[in-house]
Amino acid sequence: MTDLAPAPTERAARSIKNPRLPQYAPLIALVVAVAASALLGLTLGWGVIPIGIVAAIFYLIGLTTWSRIIENARAATDRLVTSLVWVSLTIALIPLVSLLWKVIDEGKGALNGKFLTYSMRNVIGEPGGIYHAIMGTLLITLAAAVISVPIGLLAAVYLVEYGAHSQLARWIRFLVDVMTGIPSIVAGLFAYALFSLIVGPGTQFGIGGGVALSILMIPIVVRSSEEMLKLVPADLREASYALGVPKWKTILKVVIPTAMAGIITGVTLAIARVIGETAPLLIICGATDSVNLNLFHGQMASLPVFIYGSYTQPGSNPEILKQMAWGAALILILIVMALNILARVLGKLFSPKTGH
Amino acid sequence: MNRTLRRVAAPGIAALALGLAVSACGAGNESDGSGSSLKGTIAGAGSSAQDSAMKAWRAGYQTDNSGVTVNYNPSGSGAGVEQFVDGAIDFAASDSALDAEKGEIDAAKSRCGGENALEVPSYVSPIAVVYSLDGVDKLNLSASTIAKIFDGKITKWNDAAIAIDNPGVDLPGSTITPVHRSDESGTTKNFTDYLSKAADGAWKYPSDKVWPLKSGEAANGTSGVIAAIKSGSIGYADESQVGDLTVASIKVGDAYVAPSAEGAAKALEVSPTDDTRAEGDLAIKVDRTTTEAGAYPLFLASYVIACPTYDKAKADIVKGFLSYVVSTDGQAAAASNAGSAPLPAALQTKAASIINTIAAK
Amino acid sequence: MSTVTTGTGSPKRRLGDLVFANLTRAAGLTILIALAGVGIFLTVEGIPAFGAGPDDLKGHSNLLTYVAPLVFGTLLAAVIALLIAVPLALGVALSISHYAPRRIAAGVGYLVDLLAAVPSVVYGLWGIAVLGPKLVPVYKWLASHFDWIPFFAGPASNTGRTIFTASIVLALMVLPIVTAITREIFAQTPRLNEEAALALGATRWEMIRLAVLPYGRSGIVSAAMLGLGRALGETMAVAMVLSASGVVTWNLISATNPSTIAANIALTFADATGTARNALIASGLVLFLITFVVNFSARAIVSRYEPGSK
Repeated sequence: MTDLAPAPTERAARSIKNPRLPQYAPLIALVVAVAASALLGLTLGWGVIPIGIVAAIFYLIGLTTWSRIIENARAATDRLVTSLVWVSLTIALIPLVSLLWKVIDEGKGALNGKFLTYSMRNVIGEPGGIYHAIMGTLLITLAAAVISVPIGLLAAVYLVEYGAHSQLARWIRFLVDVMTGIPSIVAGLFAYALFSLIVGPGTQFGIGGGVALSILMIPIVVRSSEEMLKLVPADLREASYALGVPKWKTILKVVIPTAMAGIITGVTLAIARVIGETAPLLIICGATDSVNLNLFHGQMASLPVFIYGSYTQPGSNPEILKQMAWGAALILILIVMALNILARVLGKLFSPKTGH
Repeated sequence: MNRTLRRVAAPGIAALALGLAVSACGAGNESDGSGSSLKGTIAGAGSSAQDSAMKAWRAGYQTDNSGVTVNYNPSGSGAGVEQFVDGAIDFAASDSALDAEKGEIDAAKSRCGGENALEVPSYVSPIAVVYSLDGVDKLNLSASTIAKIFDGKITKWNDAAIAIDNPGVDLPGSTITPVHRSDESGTTKNFTDYLSKAADGAWKYPSDKVWPLKSGEAANGTSGVIAAIKSGSIGYADESQVGDLTVASIKVGDAYVAPSAEGAAKALEVSPTDDTRAEGDLAIKVDRTTTEAGAYPLFLASYVIACPTYDKAKADIVKGFLSYVVSTDGQAAAASNAGSAPLPAALQTKAASIINTIAAK
Repeated sequence: MSTVTTGTGSPKRRLGDLVFANLTRAAGLTILIALAGVGIFLTVEGIPAFGAGPDDLKGHSNLLTYVAPLVFGTLLAAVIALLIAVPLALGVALSISHYAPRRIAAGVGYLVDLLAAVPSVVYGLWGIAVLGPKLVPVYKWLASHFDWIPFFAGPASNTGRTIFTASIVLALMVLPIVTAITREIFAQTPRLNEEAALALGATRWEMIRLAVLPYGRSGIVSAAMLGLGRALGETMAVAMVLSASGVVTWNLISATNPSTIAANIALTFADATGTARNALIASGLVLFLITFVVNFSARAIVSRYEPGSK
C-alpha cells in the first residue's frame, strides 16, 4: 500500500490495490504550501493574510495534484474535499479568534475598579464607569425572564402534558419555531408601538425592553423546556397517578422538579441569548448617563446600547469613550460566556440522572 | 430530585439576593451630597450637537446643586421640540429656531399656557470642512467649489476649480470621496444652508437636516464622519471634534478663513436677530454671505427653548440651569469641553436677561 | 406521551386539573396572541405612514418608494451573506459530523456555538474596527482589476464600510445556526447507508455525496432559509458597519451603499419624529412579514421531513 509511484500500466492492472499517499502526506503538503507562500510573500512584501490565503490555495492544488498523479481521480477528489472541509473550518474560526483577541486587547485597558462602580453622570473628559449600564442590563433581562419563564414553561407543559397531539398544540409548536426567527428590531418596534398606544407616544422605559426581549426569549424557553419535559420518563408520571395524585399535582411535584435542572439550563441559555441584544433596547429603552433602577419610569442604560453609543457617538473625547466601549464589550462577552458555562454546568449536574 | 432542585436553587437565590443587594446602592460617583437647597429633576431633549456642551453644563450645575438632576436626551432637534410641545420635557434644545410655518411657535405658545416660549442661543460652533490628502496640509476652498465637490461635479483633487484657490499647491489626481452624515443633523442643515446661500447657485438643494444626495460615503454622527475621513476624502463636521484631521479654509470676501471659535463668534455678531419674533425669542438670521474680515460664516447656532413660567417645583431649577448655560462660566465650560464659541458679550447679556424672566406660576 | 387517564377522581381533583390545564393552555395562547400582536401593533402604528409626505420619508414621495430600496438592500446583503455562509457552514458541519475525531469535533462544536454567543453589537465593533480596514486593499485591488464586473465597479471605499463587508459580518453571524442544523441532520444519516457506501468501495467524499447529502438535502435548504431569516433581520452589525445611502446599486465595494430595513430603523429612529417614526414602523412591518414568510417556509420544510420528531 505504501509503494511509491508505480508505472501507469501497472496501476491500471492493480486497480483494487491502488497506491496510496503516505499518511502524513497532508502535513507535508501543508508545510510545503506554507513555506512556498511565505517565501513568495516575503519577496513580494505581502502581509500575513495574503500569505495565508495563497498558502491555502497552494495546499489545495498541491495535495490534489499529488494525489491525482500517485493515486487516482477519485482519491484526488476525496482529498480535495477533505482539504476544503478543513479550510472552511479554519476560515470560520479565524474571525472568532480575531474578534476575541481584539476585544480583549482593546478592552483590558479600560477595566479598573471605577469602571465597574461608576456611572457616566457628571463625567467629562475622563473615563467614567458602566455601573448604570450593567444595572440596566441586569434589570431589563430580569424583567424579560420574569415575563418569559412562567409563560414559556406553562406553554411547554401544555404542549407536552395536555395538548400533546391536539391541533392547537401543533400550531403553537410550529409558530413558536417561526417566532424564533423574529428580528430583534421588530420585537423592539412592537414594544414601542404597544406602549405608544397604552402609555403615550414616545414612551421609553426599562420594562418595555423587558417586553421586547421576552418576545425573543419565550420561544427559546418553550422549546428547551418542552425537550426537557419530554425526557421525563412516563413511568414517573404513572407511578404518581397510581398513588392517586391528580395530574396537575403530578406535573408540579414530579414532572417539573425532575426536569428542573434542564429547564434552568434552557432558561440560562435563553438569557445568554437575549442579554446582548441591542436593537430593541435602542428603540424602547433609550439611554442615560445616570443610574436608573426604576423599570417603569425613565430611560434606562444597558450594556449593548452603551457600547453602541460610546463607539459611534463618542463626542469630543473619542479615545476615552471608544476604549470604554471596548471595555464594556469585554464585560458583556464575559457575562455571556459565564452564562453559557453556567448552563453547561447545570446541564452536567442534570444529565447523569436521566439515563433516558 | 429534591436535592438536585435545592442544589441549583440555593446558588440561584444567592445570586439573585446578591444582585438585589448590589442594585440597592447607587454608583460610586452618584452620592447624595449637599450644596444648595434646590431639589428636583428637570428633563430636556433635543440637539445632539449640544450634547457635549450639555454634559458640561449639567455636570457644572449638578455639582453646585447636588439635589438636582438635569436629564438631557440628545434625541435630535426635531424630537426635542416635539417632546417640548407635548409637555413631556421641561426644555428643548434645537439647532434651528422655532419655525412659524410649521406652527411650532403657536404650538410652543399653547404648551406654555398661552405665553410665548423663550428661545435663546446657547451654543455656537464652527463647522469645519475636513479633508485628508497626502502631502496637502493646507487647502483653500470657495463655497461654490465645496458645493461642486459634494454634488459630485468635481471628482478629482487636481480639478482646475480647486487649483485656482490653491496656487503653488501640488494637488494629486486622485478621486475625491465626499463624506456626509447619514443621520438627520443640525450640522447638515447648517452646512447645506451655507452652500445654498453662499455658493452662487452651485448648490441647488434647499437647506435640510437630511443630506439631499445619494452619493459619496455616508457616516453616522459627527464621530462617524471623522472616522470615515481617509486619504482622499472630504467631509464636514463640528470643529470641536476634528482632532488631528486637516481642515480647509473657506473663502470669505477675498480672504480665506480657517474655522475657529472667534471667527464663528464674529460672524454671529454681524448676523441680525430676527425682529419679527416676539419678545423673549432671540432667533438669529445667520448671514452666510458676510464679507467681514475674520468672520467664519459656516457655523451652527443652537438654541435652548423654555417656557416663561413653570410650577413652583421646577421654575427655580429651569431658571437656574439655563442661567448657568448662558452665563460666562457656562459658556466657558462648554468652550473647554465641547470646543464651542462663547456667545458674544452683547448677545449673552440679552440671553441672560430673557432667562431671568422665568418665574413660578 | 403515554398518559394514563384514570376514570375516577373526586370533583376537587378535577377542578385543580381544569384550572391548571386551562392555565397552561392560556400560556400557549398568549404566545399566539403575542405573535399576532406583533403584526397588529406594527400595522396600527404603521398605517399613519401611508399618508406621509417627502418630509417624513427622506425625500421619497410615498411609502412604497421609501421602502423598496431598503428591501433591495436587505435582500442583497442577506443573499450575499448566505452565499458565503452556507458553503462554509456545510464544511464546518461535515468536519464536525464526519471528519474530525470525536474529541476535536466536540471542541469545534463548542467554538461554533461561541460564535453564536457573541452579541451583535460586538460583531459591529469588530466589523468597523478590524474587518473593514483590512478589506480596503482588497477592494482597491478588485476595483482596479475587475471593474468590468458590475459588482466591483468601484470606486473602492476608503473605509471598507461597504455592503460586502456588512455581508461578511452577517455571514459570520448566521454561520452558527446554519451549521447547527445541518450538522444535526448529517449526524442523523442512517449509519447503514453510510457503511453500505463505504463497503462498496466509495471514498469518504463519495459516501457523503451518495448517502449523507441526499439524506440531508431538505435540512440544508431549511437551514439556509433559517439563516436567511436571521440575516434579513440582523440590525446592529449592519448599522455599525455600513456606509448606507439608501441607493439601489449592484456595486458592492463603493462608499455609496444600499441600506437595509433594520439598519435604517436603528440609525434613524432616535432622530425621527411623528409620521417619520410611523414610516419606520411600517418598514419594520415589511421586514416582519418577509422574515415571517421565510421562517414559516423553512420550518414547514423541516417539520415535513422531520421523521417522527415527536
